[in-house]
Amino acid sequence: MIKVQNITKRFGDFPALHGIDLEIQDGEFVALLGPSGSGKTTLLRIIAGLEFQDTGEVFFNGNDVSRLKVADRQVGFVFQQYALFRHMTVAENVAFGLTVKKRRERPSKAAIRERADELLRLVQLDGLGKRYPGQLSGGQRQRVALARALAIEPKLLLLDEPFGALDAKVRKDLRRWLRDLHKQMGLTSIFVTHDQEEALELADRVVVMDHGKIEQVGTPEEIYMNPQTPFVSHFVGETNRVAGEGGEVHFRPHDVDVVEEGGELVLVDNVFRKGGAWRVEGMLVETDLLVEFDVDAALPQPAAGDRLRIVPRRSRLFNPA
Amino acid sequence: MKLRTVTEGKGTQIVLIAIALAFLAFFVLLPLISVFSEALKAGIGGFVAAIETPDALSAIKLTLLIAAISVPLNVVFGIAASWAITKYSFPGKSLLITLIDLPFSVSPVVSGLIFVLLFGANGLFGGWLAAHDLKIIFAVPGIVLATVFITFPFVARELIPLMMEQGKDDEEAALSLGANGWQTFWHVTLPNIRWGLLYGVLLCNARAMGEFGAVSVVSGHIRGETNTMPLHVEILYNEYDFVGAFAVASLLAGLALVTLVAKSVLEWRFDLHSGARH
Repeated sequence: MIKVQNITKRFGDFPALHGIDLEIQDGEFVALLGPSGSGKTTLLRIIAGLEFQDTGEVFFNGNDVSRLKVADRQVGFVFQQYALFRHMTVAENVAFGLTVKKRRERPSKAAIRERADELLRLVQLDGLGKRYPGQLSGGQRQRVALARALAIEPKLLLLDEPFGALDAKVRKDLRRWLRDLHKQMGLTSIFVTHDQEEALELADRVVVMDHGKIEQVGTPEEIYMNPQTPFVSHFVGETNRVAGEGGEVHFRPHDVDVVEEGGELVLVDNVFRKGGAWRVEGMLVETDLLVEFDVDAALPQPAAGDRLRIVPRRSRLFNPA
Repeated sequence: MKLRTVTEGKGTQIVLIAIALAFLAFFVLLPLISVFSEALKAGIGGFVAAIETPDALSAIKLTLLIAAISVPLNVVFGIAASWAITKYSFPGKSLLITLIDLPFSVSPVVSGLIFVLLFGANGLFGGWLAAHDLKIIFAVPGIVLATVFITFPFVARELIPLMMEQGKDDEEAALSLGANGWQTFWHVTLPNIRWGLLYGVLLCNARAMGEFGAVSVVSGHIRGETNTMPLHVEILYNEYDFVGAFAVASLLAGLALVTLVAKSVLEWRFDLHSGARH
């Protein structure tokens, strides 16, 4: 179990984190989700031991590791740009964590080679061990970085924006694959992302962060359906924000009914197909606020200039702070 | 990317190229040829005889010794300074970067004088040195000091931009995999900077062997003892021993040519590996 207690961190005048408390159970797959500058990467690096907190503690299985260096924490860390050693072959990269072990702990050369091959098979790169990182595609490099991190048999795998540098198709394949790998190896994994879709799809639990604070922790379902703060509501998933009685009303585009009478009058501006629905962009006539909502694609396509009446099926009211 | 079409006419091109070539021939090629032809004026035998005089041999030995001491020192300093500047943040960092460039902006003669003022007979530490029977000025240690000072920007200036560009992800990755500081440096940092480092060493070495001004101030020109090759050339020339002067000078010119070739080879390899320089 990973426990983070009352962590604060400043970089010069910039408060990167304040008062972070977080518990992660063994075997969990957790996403740290937030915009840039939210402190998510700093938190990940503090858990790894690549950065040190100003106050607070980090516990691994009840042991205080707050002052341990990264080398002594036995965590696998996958860097955003992979940080592969470009002058080493893929196999040498993967074996690095084993070859730098102290002599009496180090496996034999043959055993190291065997283990590197095994890991390359695991990440489906068998046969590419003799190549150099420069000769691989982005997705392949990513998997080499993963195999290298797994070579030291970490209990905890930390990934910094693991799919950030990849194109959309590769990203989707790798996500599913990483999920399977996490389960198969019984790892505890934490990854940083600014992509809410990625966080919701991949994680058991999502930690939403903003301005160095945790806004909400919950399952993807909880985060999406019951956002606790206005920030989470609009950062995760699509959200319309309109002024209502006693505060700001948030509702999802797919939580909207079009009605014959009553409701709010919308002047349609633009309509396009989005999956199984028409996505309508328009303006609330009364308040000039922009809204987006979905209309069942079985119904005729609305046209620009139409006037529709809408009622949110589900909405959330946030009081002004 | 498409090449931009040249808008000047053919005539302008030819004139520009001719000017550049003429300039190069006059200022580089001609002197180079004259150095070698003067050196060989008395034939191969005369050339060898000029090199084989005890004073010339001693100058060559001293120059090699100075380079052998000051280049490694500057490699260590250059790596340490670039490491500190690029991997850590600390107060006074920009001042350090500026100071590294100082030898480039100060006249070499002034650089030499600084050491005379510090360690000379009437210098700041002169009394103490004399009392302990240590000799720095007009001796080999002074020449080493002056040379180290003159050449210390070369390695650091090559490495700082390179290491800046590479960031510290690779080092952090190595550390996270359990490597200690030395393993990280040896297996990760050094291979990443090796071409830049070699390039810096080459330039540093060329300057260490060729430096005249600063060395001239601290050397005292004692024949067979504190004369480096450039100083020896000057002495021979002033004594109208042209064959001798040019023979030694041709060795320095030869060094320059070798450096140039090695530099081109390195630049080629460098671009091949990092893909991103200049």
